[in-house]
Amino acid sequence: MSRTTRRTAFAATAVALALTAAACSSSGDGGSSDPSASSSGSGSSAFQPQHKGGTLRLVAKSAAGTFDPQVNYTLQYWQLYQSMYDGLLAFKKVGGQASFTVVPDLAEAMPKVSNGGKTYTFTLRKGIKFSDGKALTSDDVVASFQRIFKVSSPTAGTFYNGIVGADACIKKPAGCILDKGVVGDASAGTVTINLTAPDPEFAYKLAVPHASIVPKDSPEKDAGTKPLPTTGPYMAASYDPNRQLKLVRNPHFKEWSRDGQPQGYPDVIEYSFGQTVESEVTAVQNGEADWMYDPPPSDRLNEIGTKYASQAHVNPLTAFWYLTLNVNMAPFDNKLARQAINWAVDRDAVVRLYGGKNLASPACTVLPPGFPGHVDSCAYTKGGGKTWSAPDLAKARELVKQSGTAGQSVGIVVSDDEVNKSIGQYLQSLLNEIGYKATLKPLSGNIQFTYIQNTKNKVQLALTSWYQDYPAASDFLNVLLSCASFHPGSDSSINISGFCDEGIDARMQDALKTGQTDQKKADQEWAAIDQDIMTESPVVPLINPKIVDFTSKRVGNYQFSKQFYMLVGQLWVK
Amino acid sequence: MTAPVTSRARRSPGPWRTAAADLLRNRSAVAAAAVLLVVVALSLCAPLYADHIAHTDPFQSHVSGTTVVDGRTVPVLTPSTTGLGLGVTPIGPTWDTGHYFLGADNQGRDVMARLLYGGRTSLLIGFSAALLTCALGTFVGVVAGYLGGAVDAVVSRVLDVIWAFPVYLLAICLSVVLLTNGLRLGPVTVEAGSLWLPVVIIAAIYVPYVARPLRGQVLVLRNKEFIQAAVGSGAPTSRILRREVLPNVLPTAIVFVPLMTALAMLTESALSFLSVGVQPPDASWGTIVQDGLGLLYTRPAVTIAPGLLIALTTAALNVLGDGVRDALDPSARLRGGV
Repeated sequence: MSRTTRRTAFAATAVALALTAAACSSSGDGGSSDPSASSSGSGSSAFQPQHKGGTLRLVAKSAAGTFDPQVNYTLQYWQLYQSMYDGLLAFKKVGGQASFTVVPDLAEAMPKVSNGGKTYTFTLRKGIKFSDGKALTSDDVVASFQRIFKVSSPTAGTFYNGIVGADACIKKPAGCILDKGVVGDASAGTVTINLTAPDPEFAYKLAVPHASIVPKDSPEKDAGTKPLPTTGPYMAASYDPNRQLKLVRNPHFKEWSRDGQPQGYPDVIEYSFGQTVESEVTAVQNGEADWMYDPPPSDRLNEIGTKYASQAHVNPLTAFWYLTLNVNMAPFDNKLARQAINWAVDRDAVVRLYGGKNLASPACTVLPPGFPGHVDSCAYTKGGGKTWSAPDLAKARELVKQSGTAGQSVGIVVSDDEVNKSIGQYLQSLLNEIGYKATLKPLSGNIQFTYIQNTKNKVQLALTSWYQDYPAASDFLNVLLSCASFHPGSDSSINISGFCDEGIDARMQDALKTGQTDQKKADQEWAAIDQDIMTESPVVPLINPKIVDFTSKRVGNYQFSKQFYMLVGQLWVK
Repeated sequence: MTAPVTSRARRSPGPWRTAAADLLRNRSAVAAAAVLLVVVALSLCAPLYADHIAHTDPFQSHVSGTTVVDGRTVPVLTPSTTGLGLGVTPIGPTWDTGHYFLGADNQGRDVMARLLYGGRTSLLIGFSAALLTCALGTFVGVVAGYLGGAVDAVVSRVLDVIWAFPVYLLAICLSVVLLTNGLRLGPVTVEAGSLWLPVVIIAAIYVPYVARPLRGQVLVLRNKEFIQAAVGSGAPTSRILRREVLPNVLPTAIVFVPLMTALAMLTESALSFLSVGVQPPDASWGTIVQDGLGLLYTRPAVTIAPGLLIALTTAALNVLGDGVRDALDPSARLRGGV
């Protein structure tokens, strides 16, 4: 249930992704899991003026730091930014699978792609103004792309390093000009982006908040707690990270695209910080708050699911929780020992510890169900089969024996929150059962994710999770398990297992190239790569989690975007 | 002619026997001792209960386990089947000593069995830490008080520095550091996950609380005539400390033992509750309270039971400590107006 800080982890992602080729479209691969438990709600497509107005009250345990859309990397604020900031492109702001579709936002249409997939030309919509009253121009777009590097955006070196001139900007952010990379033509109202190589995932990267367009006179440093002017339906009236964030309507906003940026329902959105999770639940139950950000505590789930079932919305996430096995350290430098863990772990037990089968599903593959490239297969389940059924402890014990690693010490590093720790305790018990001497090391969630990445900390086994940035198989396989993502001695080494197989790496590059012309074939290649990686067993997929949104009785029009979760601005309270 | 005085009539019962008699006359102290005795006896029976009565391993997760209640096989962790089916609740108290008498925790472990094992750990740590504190505190207090001068100045300043830290802050800091790497102090090595680590940490932080009053007592003692006489007769310092000073401060040190045990148990519980004391899968009452925190709304017994035991045991230790103090140092009772 730990989604609070997950996206902060993405700061370390996609290290040196060597992505290639043409413009992309939405993946749209269906196969959604367990629709009975889902309540994504497609919502109403047409605006319903009778529901306009009122104050939507949101609560969270804590704020998520800086409010700068080009710097912040948390799900908590990325969710809010959907109703505030715009990029040239955007993920469609609707519920369900269609939310993975990229649509034009500040650009009036999808870009014209030329030069073999290396040049993207956008035409800006006319008449759009920032919340400070200034008109949006191509200069703002050019300045915003420069600013990504000037403020050292967490994804500057990964998502946007393919723009011509990005290398120089990464080396010397202050002097970033991207004069050949991002070219604006004010008179024609166009912006041209030149890439060093084709990138089939570039459209996705333009649709995330780090590519938001902000005024050209925005500070060339992290704006911190002083929110920048917006183009969307809401702007920040005040922000005190210790107390409250208040969003009000942007007086200059006029809906230009219902798909790209629909107008919102509430007049005011108040986001209060500083409550305990228990009191958040009580506040929503009593109608003192309309939605809580944090996952409900486990001992309140049953109450929410029964007495307040009509106010709870459960949706599957394209994410997975997994164990990393350090392939460069004993005992997991031995493939048999790694496979033993995969055979031993009872995914049903982990599902129970997470909150039950309606909150998570057992995972067998790196790619989550409903994600491009996912194919049902399960290499480590008793009796075989495409889906997980039961662990095989006898086989696990046998493999441990065969590997000659029995009796060795294994340190398990987990976050110290309730769910992670309980899974950690289960793993410790399990490892002792199959012949290891396991110790548990719970670390604060603030440091655990960077700690387990650094090889200097000699982490043998860690529990972590990964939530998609955008719907592409490479965002899991290439990011988490490629040689380029392994950086010994660095806190930003997202390939935590240290897995580096040159053959598999080459196949990942091939799949990226295939994606330039034939996405379906590329997804088949990714599926095969996923299965081959599981044979090597550098990770142990545990569960695919679901999310519970708990809303007050008066809230209506709940819509769940698979990309950015609940659409805050589309909720109505009248 | 006077009647012959028999040696039996002349012999005094001695201070220890008098103190013991005084203690036995103190009903509160005797009741407290009885409570402690029961708690200790039950805790010592933990393996017996787990192996032969509950037939469970309280250190092993039973997340997918089942048990039989009223003739039906039920999962130990029961998923909700009503409404949206959210959440999983551990089995509640069965009130059947044969299995899950007090229910299960979030790992499906028998809470009763863990409570008994937890009692062993908490009592072991509390008593060991108290003994170590009193031994170290007595040594430091006696040496500093008697030798005085530079030794006293240095020792007193070190004690002041330790005293200046808030107890729990110091304990948490030490625990966080030592839990990562263990303790290596010359020939003394304590592994990171060892139960002796909290013992050492708790003992270290409470040394000033014993050493300072004892040092004050020794400062008064060293000017007494019998000490001066011993010095004048040329007795070596070590002998004076051992034969003259120590016996006079020992009753005070003994009074500290039950009180420090209670304090050490509370500190251990607090550290374990904060995950920097006893480490899983070992159990102490503090870790069980922590395990139950996420079950407060659904299975409050997991938290309440160890909490009550901590309160009961520390209260009993404090009452017993008062009784021991009254027995060994009646003047303290008089001073206190009791």
